[in-house]
Amino acid sequence: MPDAPPLATRNLTRVVDGQTLIADVTIEARAEEVFVVFGASGSGKTSLLRLLNRLDEPTRGTVFLDGTDYRDIEPRTLRRRVGWVPQQPTLVAGTVAENVVWGPKLRGEPVDDGRLHKLLDRLGLSGFEERAADRLSGGEAQRVAIARTLFNDPNIVLLDEPAASLDAEAADRVESLLAGVMDAYALTAVLVTHDADRARRLGQRGVRLEGGQVVQGGAVKTVVK
Amino acid sequence: MLQDTLNHVQDPVVLEGLTQVGAATVLAALVVILSRQRGLELESELSVAFVRGFVQVVAVGLVIGVLLTVPMAWSTLILLGMVGGATWISRQRGEGLPGVTQVSFLAITVGAGLVIVTMTWAGAIEPTVRSLVPVGSLVIANAMKINSLALDRLKDELQDKRDEIEVGLALGGPPRAVLARHLRTSVQASLIPVVDSLKSLGWVWIPGVMAGMILGGENPVYAALYQFVIMAMIFAAGGLTSMLTSLLMGRRVITEAEQLRRAGDGGS
Repeated sequence: MPDAPPLATRNLTRVVDGQTLIADVTIEARAEEVFVVFGASGSGKTSLLRLLNRLDEPTRGTVFLDGTDYRDIEPRTLRRRVGWVPQQPTLVAGTVAENVVWGPKLRGEPVDDGRLHKLLDRLGLSGFEERAADRLSGGEAQRVAIARTLFNDPNIVLLDEPAASLDAEAADRVESLLAGVMDAYALTAVLVTHDADRARRLGQRGVRLEGGQVVQGGAVKTVVK
Repeated sequence: MLQDTLNHVQDPVVLEGLTQVGAATVLAALVVILSRQRGLELESELSVAFVRGFVQVVAVGLVIGVLLTVPMAWSTLILLGMVGGATWISRQRGEGLPGVTQVSFLAITVGAGLVIVTMTWAGAIEPTVRSLVPVGSLVIANAMKINSLALDRLKDELQDKRDEIEVGLALGGPPRAVLARHLRTSVQASLIPVVDSLKSLGWVWIPGVMAGMILGGENPVYAALYQFVIMAMIFAAGGLTSMLTSLLMGRRVITEAEQLRRAGDGGS
């Protein structure tokens, strides 16, 4: 569908053990925009994000990618298209390079070294290729996690408070690098955050969640008020 | 059958055994007294365990005495009953893993079953109840222990490394590749005791079968060879069981939409 948004949800709902985590969420992220999901801790932001790449299964409702119901897309293809940067970097034992190329390695695909170096350079990780992942600072580890997601070549990225666990300086660095790569790679993003300033700086439109429900939607400046 | 049991009980060797039990009980009572004097507060538990162990093992002796009189075809049923019991015990280690009962039953049956059938065919186990039941139980019990260790470790891996596994799945990794290192860890951990036993066989540890055969007057070299056969059977059955459990569990912990199930999802 040519005019369909890259990502849209319809009545997305998830209930676990009788508890409603996400209730009837209908959102739409436009091409190349950063769509913000704003809310306090426990409002359902991460639960919503996990439904968008189908890491969890919706109880009701669905997600559309370019107009196609994501249940009709093979999960591995879907997750290559919709990248995910978790709140904690969760790097595996090994070098920075091994972590960044983990996606293609898991699939048994060849790795383009030139692309790897270029991406690391863009994320301020030039020369980090052989460094052990467990020797990185929090900010460096998070940048490796972002590189790992981008190396998989997604159209959409889901950002789960990527700077929340970092100190202010590292968080600002991650934020500015993120803004740069979003532009450079013409990506559509869904950013989950509880930080109103960050949401204003990075996002264009969004929703505010409370108790798993959308309580307000529209321009970011109105959503985070 | 009752007459056979009575014959076993009235055998003069049983009286001799009871005298030996009396001597061993005196030694055990010493431990209980020492425990009391030193305030270890273990005397109650030690006494109960001692009496319980005696009753259980004599009961088993009586049951085996009866079993030795039944036709050979019963061996299959007896061994299957043992697999059932082994499954029941082992599944508790993997509580919360999807399909843990079915997986354990299948893995122990195939792992232990294949070894018992092959070694009976090869002549290492006599096709008699007297031989099939005790040797089979040894193989099944060890397959159970190894299965329990594999399940226990796998459960820990899936809980502790959940984030890592989900990152792999979120990168579009095939579940088999994403889970490979965790399944491997589970199999390796489960085989550590039997591998260590094989390494120490003979010089740190003279196992029960060999000790029993030597005490029974058997040629020590043959006893050693037969003990090695037993250890190899345990290793083969345990390895097969553990690998099968990890293979089957690897499929069950992932949903059709390639999501990692949470503990308790997907039945037991």
